[in-house]
Amino acid sequence: MPGISRRTFGMLMGAGATTLAMPYYARAQGKPRAVVIGGGAGGATAARYMAKDAGEDLDVTLIEANPKYTTCFFSNLYLGGYRDFDSITHGYDTLASNYGISVVNGMADSVDRDAKEVVMADGSKVPYDRLIVAPGIDLIYDSVPGYSEEAAEIMPHSWKAGPQTQLLKAKLDAIENGQQIVMVAPPNPYRCPPGPYERVSMMAHVLKEKGFTDAKIIIIDPKPKFSKQGLFTEGWEKHYPGMIEWYGPDVHGGIKSVNPATGEVETDFDTFKGELVNVIPAQKAGMIAARTGLANESGFCPIDPKSMRSSADENIFVIGDASIAGDMPKSGFSANSQAKVAAMAVRGDLTGSKVFPAKYSNTCWSLIETNDGVKVGAQYAPTDEKIASTSSFISQTGEDEALRQATYEESVGWYKGITADIFGA
Amino acid sequence: MTPTGRRRSKWIAQSGLFAGRLNVRTMVLASCLTLSAPALAQEGDPAKGEKVFQACKSCHQVGAEARNGVGPHLDGLFERKAGAIEGFKYSSAMKKLGEDGLVWNDFTLDQYLEKPRDYVPGTRMSFRGMKDKQDRTDVIAYLKALSQEAPAADPTASGTARPEIGGAAMHLEGDPEYGEYLSSECVTCHQISGRADGIPSIIGWPREPFIRALFEYKTNVRSHQVMQNMTVNLGNEEIAALAAYFGSLDPQ
Repeated sequence: MPGISRRTFGMLMGAGATTLAMPYYARAQGKPRAVVIGGGAGGATAARYMAKDAGEDLDVTLIEANPKYTTCFFSNLYLGGYRDFDSITHGYDTLASNYGISVVNGMADSVDRDAKEVVMADGSKVPYDRLIVAPGIDLIYDSVPGYSEEAAEIMPHSWKAGPQTQLLKAKLDAIENGQQIVMVAPPNPYRCPPGPYERVSMMAHVLKEKGFTDAKIIIIDPKPKFSKQGLFTEGWEKHYPGMIEWYGPDVHGGIKSVNPATGEVETDFDTFKGELVNVIPAQKAGMIAARTGLANESGFCPIDPKSMRSSADENIFVIGDASIAGDMPKSGFSANSQAKVAAMAVRGDLTGSKVFPAKYSNTCWSLIETNDGVKVGAQYAPTDEKIASTSSFISQTGEDEALRQATYEESVGWYKGITADIFGA
Repeated sequence: MTPTGRRRSKWIAQSGLFAGRLNVRTMVLASCLTLSAPALAQEGDPAKGEKVFQACKSCHQVGAEARNGVGPHLDGLFERKAGAIEGFKYSSAMKKLGEDGLVWNDFTLDQYLEKPRDYVPGTRMSFRGMKDKQDRTDVIAYLKALSQEAPAADPTASGTARPEIGGAAMHLEGDPEYGEYLSSECVTCHQISGRADGIPSIIGWPREPFIRALFEYKTNVRSHQVMQNMTVNLGNEEIAALAAYFGSLDPQ
């Protein structure tokens, strides 16, 4: 179904209200069923909160293709050698054993919105009363001419954590002094706005530790500016002088193509060659969102800012990177925050529990060099148009070392906290 | 891999005790030996220790009429087993180590204060540690002098907090159910288990210091960007609700 007008949606809502005149939980046969597609920072949090808060009143199912989840957040710290791979990988056992969530290890292929069923790749069906869609992002490989899923084996994107992250690390660890790394940064909107620049910092850290200060990292950026730019630029000059160069569109004039065979990135201005080329292409909502008719022409999914309910279907919620969340960045923290709002709304729909006004928050920590951490964050509230920022903060340039170290240590504590909040502990 | 187990055997060796196997006389003897160990030959200066203790005071009271706050009072601390004050909400890690035989003395306190989270993994104490050996020796000397005083008759009763510091929230009865809803924003960072791993534990705090802390962030008396941002939009009812909810929880 290609989009629904506001008016049609209102009519749908009206129809829904009639059938809902009797509370759902009073007329349903058996327990109401909440199903979540996607076991990342958004989906797993939503499943856990619904199961935790509704207890026996709700049947919660979590559908996830992978048996384990590697967090994108902190994967740069793995790249930098601060964490091992196991420490950023999490399983679903606790969600199943401690919260009674049915974890379905399989790929959701499509959603039959009329029948209210998720159709799995193996043909089996998972019926729902309310569905939370949290598929994260899909990469638009051909947004960079010459790039493809196959090319990613040579020029890794590593923008979905897992084997790609390990591939990038192996390639980084093989770089020698005097060699060059080229990063093609993504256009807005994309997952984790400061992520590419933290990644470059971690690459430089690894090279500097080996004494490879003649190695170079070139960033070819389609954006004229980027997240925490002042903080990163200051940190790069301080810790990695001469090692990192950032070129915005006014310098390179546009990215024309990448060539995996030669390791070249061609721009209007010049051709850059790297022994390691990290291409982070444009992004859109995970495939199932578009396939289900939840995404609009932007590739992402419009939602009601008050509840994360899909603008296209009152029985479906979209959270995390796949959603159009107004002023909120696409981050694990945002997804976790949105999940709690959606979980509360689903419980309200299905069990009649109290629904409080939505509140959202986000903080993104980045590590520039050992014990040099910075952060940016905000609080958000729904308006009629969007999820709008109500207050915000950012680390300042020139902060003293003790504060930067405390910020880093705080981020380590946050990782422990949020992963316990997502996967249970 | 059980780092906890390794650390535990380390402190049992250090404190000269092995839980349940030694009689009282041996325990006294063992702690005397520990006290005379060469590492502790340097003298602590209680006056300097009082200054060091400023860093501890927002959570711990010691001396006459001391009460529990965010942390337990420290009267009678020496030769007392860890996690033993009735009515205080310790982490299960601290209680377990106390039951297993950890007793506070010069040596164990010195080790704990140096790196609390390494010495008692899972502790609720949100303190990164005191690097300077002399600072630790001084503060232990100060504690030794003051901790001989008697605590308040009921150290768990709420005490002397001045209501005006917490604003109107201090006068409100918080709704724990509302607090539970609001808490979902907090537990992204502050672990619900009560563990402090780089972000302070906020589980089981008494009401007054909890409200005061949030109010101080809100009014920029305390400076922390995330907490100032989190509290700027919190009303009195919300602060009171959060205090009621987190105060009702027990650390795991």
